[in-house]
Amino acid sequence: MKMQRGPTAVELSDVAVKFGSFTAVRNVNLSVDDGEFVAVVGPTGCGKSTILNLVTGLLPAAAGEVRVFGQKLSGLNGDAGYMLQQEALLPWKTALDNVGLGLVFRGASMEEARRQARPWMAKVGLKGFEERYIHQLSGGQRKRVAMAQTLIMSPKIVLMDEPFSALDVHTRRLMHRILLDLWQEEKRSLIFITHDLEEAIALADRVVILSAGPAATVVGEVQITLPRPRNVSALATTDEFLRLYRELWSLLGAEVEKSYRNQDVNIPAKEDNHKEHAHETQA
Amino acid sequence: MKRKHKVALTQLVLLVVTVGGWQLGAQRGWIDPFFFPSPASIIERLGEWFSSPQIWTDLGVTLLETTLSFVFGIGGGIVLGLWLGLSAYAAAVLNPFLKVFNAIPRVLLAPIYVLWFGLGLASKVALGLTLVFFVAFFNTLQGVREVNPVVLANARLLKASKWALLKHVYLPSAASWITSSLRVSVGLAVMGAVVAEYLGSSMGLGHMIAQAEGVMDATGVFAGLVLLSAFVVALDALVDRLEKHLLVWRPQQQNDEEVALATH
Repeated sequence: MKMQRGPTAVELSDVAVKFGSFTAVRNVNLSVDDGEFVAVVGPTGCGKSTILNLVTGLLPAAAGEVRVFGQKLSGLNGDAGYMLQQEALLPWKTALDNVGLGLVFRGASMEEARRQARPWMAKVGLKGFEERYIHQLSGGQRKRVAMAQTLIMSPKIVLMDEPFSALDVHTRRLMHRILLDLWQEEKRSLIFITHDLEEAIALADRVVILSAGPAATVVGEVQITLPRPRNVSALATTDEFLRLYRELWSLLGAEVEKSYRNQDVNIPAKEDNHKEHAHETQA
Repeated sequence: MKRKHKVALTQLVLLVVTVGGWQLGAQRGWIDPFFFPSPASIIERLGEWFSSPQIWTDLGVTLLETTLSFVFGIGGGIVLGLWLGLSAYAAAVLNPFLKVFNAIPRVLLAPIYVLWFGLGLASKVALGLTLVFFVAFFNTLQGVREVNPVVLANARLLKASKWALLKHVYLPSAASWITSSLRVSVGLAVMGAVVAEYLGSSMGLGHMIAQAEGVMDATGVFAGLVLLSAFVVALDALVDRLEKHLLVWRPQQQNDEEVALATH
């Protein structure tokens, strides 16, 4: 059922990560094709970010191996661009200069970086905001600057760690639309970490589910068959969407409960927990 | 707007009442003009000073000493602050020594500096520099240590070299701390220069005050103090401009007026 897009961009085989005697993830097998959009979901504290750190090369694998375009990864991954969850822009630079920051680090002159950054400001819908400082931008605008900052470097692999989790629902939908437009325009491999199933379904080609930590591992994956280009806001009420949601939740729900139990939270019945997630009631 | 006018009016009233009362008291003999010379006589003395060109030499000398102490003190403080901020090893080694050195009441170094560097410019600059240095140093150190780790991680992920990190991340972060402390530094630079002049020199504002004091001339001392505070206020205004220019990226202070009132 998996679509063939080209060579494998990222391949984790039987990877484990340990911090001292603590095993964060184990036996992780994950491959991402060139140009594929993969979302990774899992309960909190299951080591989702650990997987991104493995792919960037920030974190060495204790077992197994990480391959990037067929090459075993050693040191930092030069093909990856990483968009962090938290605010990471330089407050003393304008939006435009923040977008061009990576180019300057790569050796471009200030003028050259600005020249290249300008069209990116327009791409993320921030034309006219070039000279604003970060504190003069809203949360959503900051995320768009961060997105442009990551994508302007044309990384072959884009890694995103819950990039929109701090935004309100409407702004998040807008971000989804912008992200999908940019991705559609120039398909790169994208690994997107999230805890939000709707977000995962709306964006990804494939959703991978991690088990509850510690020693988390991949417990399943669901191919997202929704056609592209997708209309993010209309999607959430379609039957296909709800079917995928149920399928994913059947895999994830048990893991979420496990993680609650690990944290000594008392959940009386499975059904209550289930209802917290909105779309079931609309079905 | 209305509040602003009200504040200005109250300030004016306060000034008129204080100075007017003082003047009246001195004239009526309620207060002894030997110790508290009347405002009119102070103004008269200032007029006398400014009718001779010598005053400009004195002001110029103090300004030069202040500027040199300021520039070298800040420069040295930034360099050492960056070094200790970025090298945990150097910081661990030098920390106790800096603490001891910082504990010395630095104004008391003035006599030593006069012994070492003589009565000229060098001893004044040395004292001002010592005073400014520690403020700049501690602020730079703080600025470097307070760099947001997420911002730093992001810059590293964008493959910033060590030099680029210093230029684009560490220095600007420290700069906001340093600029915030500039006003204190200017005050300290002036203080270093004037105190050193007061203790031994042949020129400068401190020298004028020392001379007046030497002949029990309270009017001269007061006139010197008035001149000195005008001098600092003028420098302060310059620093204000510099700060506004350097920190354009920072959110505006919500209550500029109150901040200005608190610091002046």
